[in-house]
Amino acid sequence: MLAAAPAAAALAVSGFLQQNTAFNASGANPDGRHYKWLEERAQLKLDATSGNWRGYLKADGAYDHLGRGGLTEVREAFVDYSGGAFDLRAGRQVITWGHGDLVFVNDLFAKDHEALFAGRPLEYLKRGVDAIKLGAYPKLASFEFVLAPSFRESRIPDARRFWLFDPMPAVTNRETVRPGQGEWGLRAYRDVAGYEAALYLYRGFQHTPSMRPDNLAAPTRITFFYPELSVLGASLSGRAGSGVLSLEAAYYDSRQDRSGTDFTVPNSQTRLLAGYQLQPWEDFNLSLQYYAERMHDYAAYRAALPPGFPLEKRWNHSVGARATQLFLHQTLRFSVYASRNASNSDYFVNPELRYSFSDRVWGALGANAFGGKPWGQFGQLARDDNVYMQLRYEF
Amino acid sequence: MKKLWLCMIAGLLPLQAMALTGEEVMRKSQAAFLYPGKDFKARVVMKLIGRDAQERVRELTMLRKNAGGPGGEQKYFMYFFQPADVKDMTFMINKYPARDDDRWMFIPAINMVKRIAAQDKRSSFVGSDFTYEDVSGRDIEDDGHAIEREERLGARDCYVVKSTPRAGDADFGHKLTWVDKANFLPLKEEQYDRRGAIYKLFTADEVADVKGIPTVVRRTMKNLQSGHRTEVTYSRSDYDLGIEDSLFSERFLRQPPRKWVD
Repeated sequence: MLAAAPAAAALAVSGFLQQNTAFNASGANPDGRHYKWLEERAQLKLDATSGNWRGYLKADGAYDHLGRGGLTEVREAFVDYSGGAFDLRAGRQVITWGHGDLVFVNDLFAKDHEALFAGRPLEYLKRGVDAIKLGAYPKLASFEFVLAPSFRESRIPDARRFWLFDPMPAVTNRETVRPGQGEWGLRAYRDVAGYEAALYLYRGFQHTPSMRPDNLAAPTRITFFYPELSVLGASLSGRAGSGVLSLEAAYYDSRQDRSGTDFTVPNSQTRLLAGYQLQPWEDFNLSLQYYAERMHDYAAYRAALPPGFPLEKRWNHSVGARATQLFLHQTLRFSVYASRNASNSDYFVNPELRYSFSDRVWGALGANAFGGKPWGQFGQLARDDNVYMQLRYEF
Repeated sequence: MKKLWLCMIAGLLPLQAMALTGEEVMRKSQAAFLYPGKDFKARVVMKLIGRDAQERVRELTMLRKNAGGPGGEQKYFMYFFQPADVKDMTFMINKYPARDDDRWMFIPAINMVKRIAAQDKRSSFVGSDFTYEDVSGRDIEDDGHAIEREERLGARDCYVVKSTPRAGDADFGHKLTWVDKANFLPLKEEQYDRRGAIYKLFTADEVADVKGIPTVVRRTMKNLQSGHRTEVTYSRSDYDLGIEDSLFSERFLRQPPRKWVD
């Protein structure tokens, strides 16, 4: 009798109301405004479970005061089925793989870079991907296979709000071509002598667009496109000394330009990451990371690069650190993230103070500061420094 | 007469031999307090109460599984219900005797599993007045233990054990533990700083019988120097549920099974 009775369904409803403002700290936007972000947002989360099934919805409604107006967004919406040694998740979901802190080696699926630079809460750095994820957990190792039938790109900062490097500002006829195909990724992981070892495979596209002019000498139109990409990677993480060591490496196979002769397509690369995290004293965490990119067909890249375009170095090294101290029974958090690229002097600094006024209300005050060469990832944002506030009521 | 004396002394000898040392009391106490059952589950509500009476609530399901006998390895799995900004967060600790724990955290907002550096078992557990060590235990070998006296605490006969850290760099001077002689649960513990001033007070406020196992279901840790205290209530406590080893994995950190966390 008991066994035949259907498992009771449980529904949990939660969400938040949020205000988020980022003031410019160094001049106006390209559109003349003085804010990177100014919006009110509400989120509703529905989480229903019944037996081996789970349904989850996280949806936002927001009003943007900087020209985008009212908008709704399905952040996540999926159905889970969990069997004995496998499970399945179908729908819009966030995939986070690898060990980097704001540096991504084997974490290939879509991001929202604008959210990071505009002082939004960290969760908005990730975009959901519409995919089927199959998890299999035999004794040998654990596997996660993600198949996204249609490609979802990363969101890059809006050129009306951020000063982005543009080598051809005079060409205003622009179009974006999205891949007609989807993408897939595989992660296999297991414990190896107390270390978590993982292998990664990805086949799809670059998530940030490349630009191709129709004619180099006298361009009239620019096409943005997402070059084909495959990635093979590995990671290892575990205790070393009194902290946690993480190592990650990946080979980026730029399938659309294996010879490296097309300057509009990123060269094939090796990416390396080493991170170390420790807790020197109570409620204080320090993480350090080193990240490097190496171009594989550097000679071909140099030969193909048209005059006037910025020349990247073969090796790109950067170092980063995050320090976090908690106070007042962990209700007050001060953190600083800083990274500096030794190859092009790019830097990004993000200090943040976050306080939980109560169990339901928290606020954060922070800043984003950028600098470096005008074409660098952060250097181009040198005029986009901002100070941000986030205030959230959770229910 | 002589014979009688001999008999009496002989009769006393085994009793003397049976008297427990401070270390034995603490081992039995550890077994009774932190290791009973093959596994354990409870819904834990922690109230963090400031001197100004402002209250913050941390609510979680705690699952514990022993890998060996008392004092041996244990695995902990925790799922947070409250506060709202950590809802659905999960936390896993592999606890090893005589070395640092391994800890992992799952952050649902970005769907990320993160291994956390944890060299300090004496740091605060989720901002409360309890340290990790207060929650999952301190290695018996880390301290020297001596029975100071035996006395009644309320209606219970207790051993009062003084534990002094063997390492000179410990952040406390010593502690006194009132261990119930009948069930070996710690009913009260006073922690003293290195100057000998009391600064933390633990009390077991309610002991209940769960499947025949005496279990501390209400406890308080008070910081006497700051006036801040944490009151903890265990509800739906249960033992020997048959928690699988596979629960303590990244798979279930990311997708905690309802049957275990609810």
